[in-house]
Amino acid sequence: MQLSQERIVFVIAAVLFVAFSIFLNNFLNTDNILSLIQNVSILGILGIGMAQAIIGRGIDLSIVATMAMSVAWCLDLIGQGVGVPLALLIGLAMVVVIGFLNGFLIAYVEIPAIFATLAMGTVVYGFGQFFLVPTDITYLSESAGWLKQVGGGNAFGIPSPVIVFALLCLITWLLLRYTKPGRYLYAMGDNPMAARVAGIPTRPMTVFQYIYASVVGYVAGIVTATAVDSMSTRVVNSTLVYDVILVAVIGGVGLSGGKGGVRNVVVGTLLIGILLNGMTIMDMPYTVQNIVKGLILLVAIIVDSILNPRDEQTAQQGDI
Amino acid sequence: MRFRRFMAPALAALALCYGASLVTADEYDEGQIKITREALKGKKVGFVPLSMGFDLPQAWYEGLKRDSEKWGYEVIVRDPNWNVQAGAQALNELIAQKPDVLIFHPLEMQAYAKLVKKAMDNGINVIQINLKSPNNGDAYVGANWYEIGAESAEQLVKACGKDSGKSGKVAIVQGVPTTATSQIAIPGFEDVLKQHPEMSIVANQSADWDATKAHAVTSTILKQNPDLCGIYDLWEVQAMGTAAAIKEAGKQGQIALVTYGGGQKQAGCDNVANGNFTADVIADATSQAHDLVNVVQYLLQHKPVPGSAPIGIYTTNKVITKDNADAGLCWTMEDLKANGPR
Repeated sequence: MQLSQERIVFVIAAVLFVAFSIFLNNFLNTDNILSLIQNVSILGILGIGMAQAIIGRGIDLSIVATMAMSVAWCLDLIGQGVGVPLALLIGLAMVVVIGFLNGFLIAYVEIPAIFATLAMGTVVYGFGQFFLVPTDITYLSESAGWLKQVGGGNAFGIPSPVIVFALLCLITWLLLRYTKPGRYLYAMGDNPMAARVAGIPTRPMTVFQYIYASVVGYVAGIVTATAVDSMSTRVVNSTLVYDVILVAVIGGVGLSGGKGGVRNVVVGTLLIGILLNGMTIMDMPYTVQNIVKGLILLVAIIVDSILNPRDEQTAQQGDI
Repeated sequence: MRFRRFMAPALAALALCYGASLVTADEYDEGQIKITREALKGKKVGFVPLSMGFDLPQAWYEGLKRDSEKWGYEVIVRDPNWNVQAGAQALNELIAQKPDVLIFHPLEMQAYAKLVKKAMDNGINVIQINLKSPNNGDAYVGANWYEIGAESAEQLVKACGKDSGKSGKVAIVQGVPTTATSQIAIPGFEDVLKQHPEMSIVANQSADWDATKAHAVTSTILKQNPDLCGIYDLWEVQAMGTAAAIKEAGKQGQIALVTYGGGQKQAGCDNVANGNFTADVIADATSQAHDLVNVVQYLLQHKPVPGSAPIGIYTTNKVITKDNADAGLCWTMEDLKANGPR
C-alpha cells in the first residue's frame, strides 16, 4: 500500500484522535465530536469549493471576500425590510456574477487564476464596503425567521452546519465522480491542452468551475452568519483563505490540478478540527496553538516529501 | 441603495459653506468667541482609527466632524482598515504633514509607541483614544480597561459567587491578546476574582475578535466544563458568537455572559434585552466623542509643549443588565448620523 499524502494526514489525524481520547477527559463523547466537526464545517465547506477549483487547475483567492460581502449585503437587505427569499436571491445573483467574471477573466481573457481571483477579491471587498454594506459588522435582524436554522439549528441532534457540510460533500462528490463536467474537471486539471484537443469545452467549464466555487462560498457565508447572528466583513483580512487552501492541499489535493477529491478535503478538515479542539480543551495559549498547528502541518508535508519524493515522473508542470 | 453615501459629502460641503457664511457676517463677540474662532480656524487634526468600519470610531468622527465644521478646523482621516502596518504608514505620513493634533487609536499596545514620541518630537500634540500605548501623549481619552475588567468580574461574582449555589467556574474569551483591552482588562478581572476564592478560571482562550472563532472556542469549553457558570468575553461583537454557542447548548439564562461595548443599541442593549448577554459593561462612545472634541479644542487653543502635561479623561462605565436594557442608555447609528453624539 502506498502511503499517499492523504493517508499520512489521515494517520496523523487518527493518532491525535486516539491520543486525545486517552489523555483528555470528555474528548471522546458524541457531543464533543459533533462540536469538533461543527467548528470546522465552515472551513470544510470553503475547502470543498476551493478543492473543486484546484482540481481543475485553478484557484479561487476571492472566495472569502465573495462570501463576506454577498452575505453581509444580504443581511443588510433583510435588515432594511427586504423579504428573506428575495434578499437571498439577490446575494446569490451577486456571487454568480462574481464567479462568472472570475471564470471569464481566466478562461477567455487568459489571466492566470491566481492573479485574476486575487484582484477580484480586492475589487469585491472594496466595492462592497463602499456601495453595499456601511459597517464591518452586519447583524442578522429578527425578521430573518427560518433562515436562522441554516447555521443555528439542528436535526436529530446533529448541528445544521455539519449537515450542510455533509450535503455539499455529497453533491460535490457526485458531481466530480459521476457527471461529465466532473470528469472534465479532472481532465482539464491533468492536462488542459490535451483536454481541449479531446474536445472538452474547457473555457465554458472554467467559467462553471468559478461560479460553483462562488456559490459554495455563499453557502458557507450563510451558515457562518446564521450561526452567530452576524457577518463580519473583517474576515476578508484574516488568514481564512490560506487556511482553506491548506485544508485542501494538506489532505492531498495537488495544487497542480487533476488530483484529489472530496475525501481529501474531509481528511484535511478533520485534522485541523481535531487539533483545534484538543488544544482548546488543553487550554493552550493562543500563540502556542499557532506554533503547534504550524508544526504538525509541516510534519505532514515533510513526511510526504520523504515517502513520496518528487521526480520527473510524478512532478507536473505548474507544481508549486 | 446607498444614496446617503453620496449625499453625505455634498451635504457636508453645503454645511461648510453655510457655516462660513455665518462667520463672515459680523459675529457677536462677548470677548471670547472671536479669540476662540481665531485659535481654531485653519488648524489641522489628523485621525487614524483602527478602522472606520465599526461603531466606536464612527461615533468619535461624527463628533469631530460636526465640531470642525462649526469652528473651521480640518479633520484628516486615514483608515488603515485594521492593518497595523498601514496604520503606522498613515501616521508617518500625517506626522510629515505636521498637523496641530494627531489622534492615535493603536490596535496593538506596542505598535505605535515610538510613533507617539516621534509625533511629539515633531511638535505635534498627541491624543490616544480608547486604546493606549505605554507612552503617554498629551491626552488619553477613553475606557479605563482595568475598571471594565474588574466590573465584569463583579458581574460574574454576582451570578456565580458564594450564595448563588453555582460552581463558580468561569471562562475568558479574549480577542487579540496584544491589545490594550486584553493586557489591562484581564488583570482587573483577575484581581477581583482573587478576592473570591469560590471563583475559578477554567479556560482562557483567544478568538481574534471574530464571532465565528468565539463560537468554536466557547462550544468546546462548554462541552469540557458542563458545570461552567459564567463567561467573560472582551468585546460584544465577538460575544455574539459566544452567545450563539451558549444558546446552542441550551444553556441561555444558566450561563452568565458578561462583555464590553461602546453603547450602540443593536450591538449592546438589544443583545441584553433578548437574553444573549447577561450584562454589558459600557464605555459610551458618544460621551467619548464629546470628551475627544473637548480635548482637541483645548489642545488647539492652548497649544502646550507636546508631552509637557499629559491628561487622562476616563469614560464613566455603565452596566447594562436586563433591568435597564430598555431604559434608553444605548444610542443608535441612525440617531448618531442624524443628530451627532448625544
